[in-house]
Amino acid sequence: MKHSAVVRVTHWITAISFVGLLVSGIAILLAHPRLYWGETGAVGTDSLIDLPLPFVLTGQSGWGRYLHFLSAWVSLLTGLVYVVSGVLTEHFRKDLLPAKADLSLTSVADVISNHLHLRRPTEDESFQYNVLQQITYLSVVFVLFPLMIWTGLAMSPAITSVVPIFVTLLGGQQSARTIHFFAAGALVLFLVVHVAMIFLAGFRSRIGAMITGNAAVRKEHA
Amino acid sequence: MSEQLTRRKLIVSGLAAAAGVSGLAVARRLAARYALIPPDSGGIYGVGETLTYASQRLLMSYHSLAREFERSQISKVIPVNGPPPDNDTYQRLRAGDFQDWRLTVDGLVARPSSFSLADLKRFPSRTQITHQACEEGWSFIAEWTGVPLSYVLNLVGVSPQAKYVVFFPFDQSWDSLDMPDAWHPQTLLAYGMNGEDLPTPHGAPVRLRVARQLGYKSVKYLARITVTDTLKNIGEGLGSYSPEVGYSWYAGI
Repeated sequence: MKHSAVVRVTHWITAISFVGLLVSGIAILLAHPRLYWGETGAVGTDSLIDLPLPFVLTGQSGWGRYLHFLSAWVSLLTGLVYVVSGVLTEHFRKDLLPAKADLSLTSVADVISNHLHLRRPTEDESFQYNVLQQITYLSVVFVLFPLMIWTGLAMSPAITSVVPIFVTLLGGQQSARTIHFFAAGALVLFLVVHVAMIFLAGFRSRIGAMITGNAAVRKEHA
Repeated sequence: MSEQLTRRKLIVSGLAAAAGVSGLAVARRLAARYALIPPDSGGIYGVGETLTYASQRLLMSYHSLAREFERSQISKVIPVNGPPPDNDTYQRLRAGDFQDWRLTVDGLVARPSSFSLADLKRFPSRTQITHQACEEGWSFIAEWTGVPLSYVLNLVGVSPQAKYVVFFPFDQSWDSLDMPDAWHPQTLLAYGMNGEDLPTPHGAPVRLRVARQLGYKSVKYLARITVTDTLKNIGEGLGSYSPEVGYSWYAGI
């Protein structure tokens, strides 16, 4: 499958803004690496989880916040272009919506077994997404990213003054923060597997395909 | 044929670029006119700040109220960041139970005034139980009692040119609010907390309460309020002390 120009450009802008979000998110977390459930939480109250991280950026995480929101805007606007274009060009329906047949237990098991044996995709297979890729990409685009945006907005006292259910549905501002943390963790896990799979499938050809769109140049079989 | 296509492409993308640039210029002028650009809008981070501030300003209205809670939800643990001002003036006023404390209100107002703590307590009061998050990530719920800032602004008569209200405390942490937040019904000059006089670590005798922003906008230990049409000549001209030490002026997040 040849990646369209919109997919390629939005992919790399998203990649850069994701790094910005991750680095700044860690900086913000290091000002208070404890997670709570409900509306409130502070040192001296019970926590849900005490992350094994130091309180190192107290009083100096301002740049983290600036970078986080700048990256969030870039990521959000890029994501909007990607989603609108994916709907209009039917990219989602044609390439990412799993076929009914692929969702059967045996065919899913096949794909999982291929992955577990670290079997390289054949030439043909690498031109379309398998069912695991489809489910993963759809979850990242339509579940994890929206959840990040939702839980992020739920932490904003300005936004929740307009739409209180953003935070009440999640059980409180600190719950929103905790879910934001775990959804971010899921995205990092996705990134790790995503990059590992690119190495498995042939780093240069896959990266080349996402830069030039030219998937036909796939001679790398080392 | 292909040459023609290239030329057409060139013209189209040229026009698109021109439209984009002039669109941005128009957007910038409109944003400035409707007060959608924060004072710390410079630099690359300023782009994100401006988008956040402008979009939240457009979403929120006078009637968007921060959530209020039940008495039973008031937090038992309320941490404090930073000590009270250690200058002589503040220590002397505090030693005298703030009997001699006055809140000066001046600038672009018809009747510059100064109010004692007793004056403020005589004015109509508002009590609200709200959630406050610190930019570090922790948060608490507390009950605040005070006079709505809007009441005091009406008493002194704010000029139509006013764009910001600036708050000077007894320490260096000055800050400012735009007019929508200054007039907001939940913005208080608070002298009471959880049913008692405002404790010293929480900003005695009077602190600002800004319910729709992070904790650091709620300036403690107030001494003077100035109404102005520009923030350029105050401090480094970034709207508050926060951007001077790396934090954004607007904290609706």
